[in-house]
Amino acid sequence: MNKTLDQKQNFLKGIIKENPVFVMLLGMCPALGVTSSAFNGLGMGVATLFVLLMSNIVVSLIKSQIPNKVRIPAFIIIIASFVTVVEMVLEAYIPFLYEQLGIFIPLIVVNCLILGRAEAFASKNNLFSSVLDALGMGLGFTIALTALGATREILGSGSIFDIKFVGEDANTFILFILPPGAFIALAYLAVLFQRLTPKTS
Amino acid sequence: MEYLVILIAAVFVNNIVLSQFLGICPFLGVSNRISTSIGMSGAVLFVMTIATTVTYLLHQYILVPSGLDYLRTITFILVIAALVQMVEIILKKVSPPLYQALGVFLPLITTNCAVLGVAILALGLENGSLLKAVFFALSHAIGFSLALVVFASIREFLELADLPEGMKGVPINLLVAGLLSLAFLGFAGLV
Repeated sequence: MNKTLDQKQNFLKGIIKENPVFVMLLGMCPALGVTSSAFNGLGMGVATLFVLLMSNIVVSLIKSQIPNKVRIPAFIIIIASFVTVVEMVLEAYIPFLYEQLGIFIPLIVVNCLILGRAEAFASKNNLFSSVLDALGMGLGFTIALTALGATREILGSGSIFDIKFVGEDANTFILFILPPGAFIALAYLAVLFQRLTPKTS
Repeated sequence: MEYLVILIAAVFVNNIVLSQFLGICPFLGVSNRISTSIGMSGAVLFVMTIATTVTYLLHQYILVPSGLDYLRTITFILVIAALVQMVEIILKKVSPPLYQALGVFLPLITTNCAVLGVAILALGLENGSLLKAVFFALSHAIGFSLALVVFASIREFLELADLPEGMKGVPINLLVAGLLSLAFLGFAGLV
């Protein structure tokens, strides 16, 4: 009973209590850089979720084989391999998204969230916990990016997932799809997130 | 003239932090004091220029001729990680004062996505040459330093500001960064 509760906690922590973007401030570059629309945010979130999940699985399976001294380079190679896979798959099957995300796809390698989970969690826990951890953290990241993307798209282009809900010549806050809008939207979303989550202390 | 355009574009128009969102972690992380932000800028300037030189040569003379272009991401990140270690060891031996100044920031740079980002962006330059790529990296590093130092000097004032509870910490820093980015947006169309 207690064990299943722990696992549930393990999964949920990434979404709310330790949300990578709003609480831990990890992976801020893609969070700000690609979220000019909800779809881009979702695409980046899912790509990161995939790499995080695969790297957590591999790291947790071979953790006893990796000498402690070279563990960080080893983790980086594992992560970089999966990023290359994502890069190739996106280029082949979703070229539109590949164009939109651009430089931020290879940069998934240096997303501190992924290396952070490999080092802090997967290298110390068993496969099942690591999978749950990756799913929770990845979903938290995806939700945050989609929320930020949606906010910016609604305010900046008057649409959501490319479905327009204002007239063609309506005035929207263009600022929000420009770079400054990313910082400003994230600032207010972070305040909102803090306000809405229950305090643990 | 061409080089002047690269410089102005990298520092003001397409500032790497404020309009391309690379290197946000050190931008938010080590900007609470002007002195630390200067140290970080120095380390980034150093590593970014060297890393781009090495990765550019590697890409041009080894990866492309042998058709291994798809290994770009893996090789670049390994080269950068190794390079940072090497720079650290060499600096410690050759120039202890410089090591003292930059030392603590060097390990942080491996996860600075600006370094990998610029190394990849430098490959896409028009009529690229090694000199141009290195100058491109140097210009972006200057842009990074400018953004970081300006941001740090604003943050030193913020410590004394009377803020609403919810805005303290991260949100106000993001807002300031947003306003700074808005100011840099004014340079758009300059080149």
